[in-house]
Amino acid sequence: MPEQFFWGVEVVLNGLMAGVLYALVALGFVLIFKASGIFNYSQGVLALFAALTLVGIMDGQVPFAHLINAIFGTDIHHFGWHLPALAAILLTALVMVALAWAVQRFIFRHLVGQEPIILFMATIGLAYFLEGVGDIMWGADIKNLDVGLPQGINATIDELTYQWFGYGFFIDNLDISATLIAAALVTVLILFAQYTKQGRAMRAVADDHQAALSVGVSLNFIWIMVWSLAGIVALVAGIMWGTKMGVQFSLSLIALKALPVLMLGGFTSIPGAIVGGLIIGVGEKLFEFLIGPMVGGATENWFAYVLALVFLVFRPQGLFGEKIIERV
Amino acid sequence: MKTKLTAAAMAACMAAGPALADLVFPDLSYRTGPYAAGGIPFSDGYRDYFTLVNERDGGIGGVEARVIECETGYNTEKGVECYEATKGEGALVYQPLSTGITYQLIPKVQADGIPLHTMGYGRTSAKNGEVFEWVFNYPANYWDAASVAIKHLLDENGGDLSGKDITLLYHNSAYGKEPIRTLEDLSEKHGYNLSTIAVDHPGQEQKSQWLRIRRERPDYVIMWGWGVMNQVAIQEAANVRFPMENFIGNWWAGAEHDVTPAGDAADGYKALNMNRIADYPVFEDIQEYVVDAGLAAGDGSNVGKVLYTRGMYAAMLAVEAAKTAQEMHGIAQIDAAMMRDGMEALEMTEAKMEELGMAGIGPEFAVSCSNHGGSGGGIVQQWDASAGEWEPITDYIQPDDAVLDPLVEEDSMAFAEENDIELRCNES
Repeated sequence: MPEQFFWGVEVVLNGLMAGVLYALVALGFVLIFKASGIFNYSQGVLALFAALTLVGIMDGQVPFAHLINAIFGTDIHHFGWHLPALAAILLTALVMVALAWAVQRFIFRHLVGQEPIILFMATIGLAYFLEGVGDIMWGADIKNLDVGLPQGINATIDELTYQWFGYGFFIDNLDISATLIAAALVTVLILFAQYTKQGRAMRAVADDHQAALSVGVSLNFIWIMVWSLAGIVALVAGIMWGTKMGVQFSLSLIALKALPVLMLGGFTSIPGAIVGGLIIGVGEKLFEFLIGPMVGGATENWFAYVLALVFLVFRPQGLFGEKIIERV
Repeated sequence: MKTKLTAAAMAACMAAGPALADLVFPDLSYRTGPYAAGGIPFSDGYRDYFTLVNERDGGIGGVEARVIECETGYNTEKGVECYEATKGEGALVYQPLSTGITYQLIPKVQADGIPLHTMGYGRTSAKNGEVFEWVFNYPANYWDAASVAIKHLLDENGGDLSGKDITLLYHNSAYGKEPIRTLEDLSEKHGYNLSTIAVDHPGQEQKSQWLRIRRERPDYVIMWGWGVMNQVAIQEAANVRFPMENFIGNWWAGAEHDVTPAGDAADGYKALNMNRIADYPVFEDIQEYVVDAGLAAGDGSNVGKVLYTRGMYAAMLAVEAAKTAQEMHGIAQIDAAMMRDGMEALEMTEAKMEELGMAGIGPEFAVSCSNHGGSGGGIVQQWDASAGEWEPITDYIQPDDAVLDPLVEEDSMAFAEENDIELRCNES
C-alpha cells in the first residue's frame, strides 16, 4: 500500500510538470485571444516555426537552400557557423517579432471588423502557410535541439526520496527547467501587463477596442506586440518540446494538448492557462494511472477533453474566464 | 470549325490517356506533415532506383520507368485520392507506405486489377494469395516481425523465456495493435508474461507509460511505433534508465532519425530490419548516375540510410518483378495484370541480389500463388551512438510459421467469407 501511495505521488508530480508544458502552449493562445478576440489556430505551428528557425540559426543552415540550389544550380547548405544558444534564441525572437509584424500587416490589417469566424479561418490559412514555408525554408528532417537544458532523471531527487521513503521519485530535469522558465515567463508577462505603458494599453484593448482607440491607443501596434509576445511564448514552448522530441513537424500538434487547457482555464486568463494546464496534467496522469490499465490504457487525450467538456457544461467561460452577459 | 474541334478533342484524349512508351510506378509519398521524416528517405530511395535503372540500364527491358509522385501526407483520404488520380496513367503497382491507406486500397485494387505491394506493413493476412490475388507483402509482415523479435529474445536467453516479463509499447492504432495476437499466442508457447501499454497518437507525451515501465521493470520492451512516438519513447527510456539493449523496436522504429534526438543515451537500442544496412556497390552507381548527374529525388544526403535503403529495396523488388513479367509474357510493355503475374513468380536469390550490387540486402524468398508474403525473415540491428550507425547483430531470423500460419489462415479466410471471395491456387 505505501508503495502504491508513493507511485501516486510520483504520478501527481509528473502530471504537474506535464501540465506546465501544456500551459506554455496554451499561454500563446490566451495572449492573442485576450487582446484581439482571435482564436489563433496557428499557435502550434508558430511553436514549430520558432523551433525550426532556432535550430537553423544555431547550426548556420542556409534558409531556402533547397529552393536556391534548385533554381541557381548551386550547392549551398550551411554558412559554416555554429551560434551559441543564447544568441540564436535572441535572433529567433527577432524573427518572431518580424513575423508578427508581417502577420498584422498582410493579413489582419485587412480583416479589421470581420466576424470572429473569418479571423479564425485566417489563422487556419496562416497555419498551413507557415508549415509550408517552414518546410521549404529549413527542410522536413528531424533536427536535434540542444540549448544546454539537462534531460533525464534528477539524481538528487531520486536519491533523497529513496533515503526518506524507500522509493526514489522520478522527476525529469527538463520538466524542472520548463517549470522554472514558465514561472519566470508568466511573472514577466504579468509584470509587463500591470506596470508598463504598453502592457496597460494591451489590457485596455483587451477590455474594449473602441474605448482604447478613443484614448489614442494604436490597435495596430498592440496587435503586433501581442503577436510578438505569442511568438516568443511559442519559441519557449518550441524549445521545451523540441528538446524532448527533436524538432519535427509533429511539433505543431502540441496545440491539441492546449485546447482542453483553454476550455478549462478560460480563453482570456493567463493564470487560467497555468492552473488549467496543471489540472489537465495531473488529472490525465492520475486517470491513466488509476483507471487506464483497466480499460486498455491510452486514456490521457480522451480524459483531458472529457474533463474540459464537463467544465464547459457547468462553467462555459472556464475557471478564470470572463463571464459574457448579453442583455436584450 | 467542326474538324478543328474534333482534332482538338482527339488530341486532348490522347494527352489524357496512358502513355504507352513507359512503365508507370506511382510513388504515394509523404514529404510533408508529421511523418515526413520517414516518408522522405523512403521515397528518395524508391525514386532514385528507378532513375538509376533508366540512366544505367536504359530502363526495364528497354522500356523507361516513369515514377509519378503523389503527396499523401500520410493521410488516408489523400492516399485514396492519389490512387484514383494516378491509376489511369497505366500504373503497374502501388506502394503506399501506410497501413491506413493500404486497408482502403485493398478492395479498390481487387476491383481495378492493379497490384498492391505493402512491404512489411498493411494487412498481414494478405500473405495468403489464395484470398488476396492483387495484394503482396513480401518479404515480411508485422506478425513475422513480432515472431522475429521473440526468436531473438529466445536466442539471447538460451531458448527459454519462461517467467520473463515482456511489455509491448504500441501506437494506439490498427497498426500498433497488429502484433498483440501474435505475441499473446507466442507467450502461451514460450511461457513469458506479456503486458501491453498503448500510446495515443501522435505520441509526444509518454510520461505515464514510462513511469509504469519504471515501476514494473519488465525484462524487455518491444515497441511498435512510428513517427514522433519513436523519438519520444527512446528519450523516455533513457530518462528512466531502462537498459537500451533490452528495448527493441520493430522495423518502423529503427531509422537513424529515431535515435539521434536522444544522442548518446540511445546507444545500444535495438530494432528489427527487413533489409540489411551495408555499403552496397549499388550506392556507388546511384551516386554516379543519379546524384552526381543532378537527377536525385532529394539532395543525396539520405543515400545509404535505413529508410532510403528500404525504399530502394522496394523499387528493386518492383523492377525485378517487372523483368519477370516481361520474360513470362514475352513483351516489354507489360500491363498491371502482367505485373501481378511477375510479382507472383518473383524469386529473390542471393546470386541475384549480388548481381544487382546489393548482396544480402534482403532474405532469399520465392513468391507463389498461395504465398504472397515471402520468407518473413528479419535481422536485428543495434544503434552505435559513437559511430552514429546501425550495426546488424544477427543474420536473417526466420519467424515461427507454426504459430503464424494458422493466424494468417484464420484472418484471411474470415476476409474471404465477408467479401464472398472464391479461393484460387488449386495447386494440389
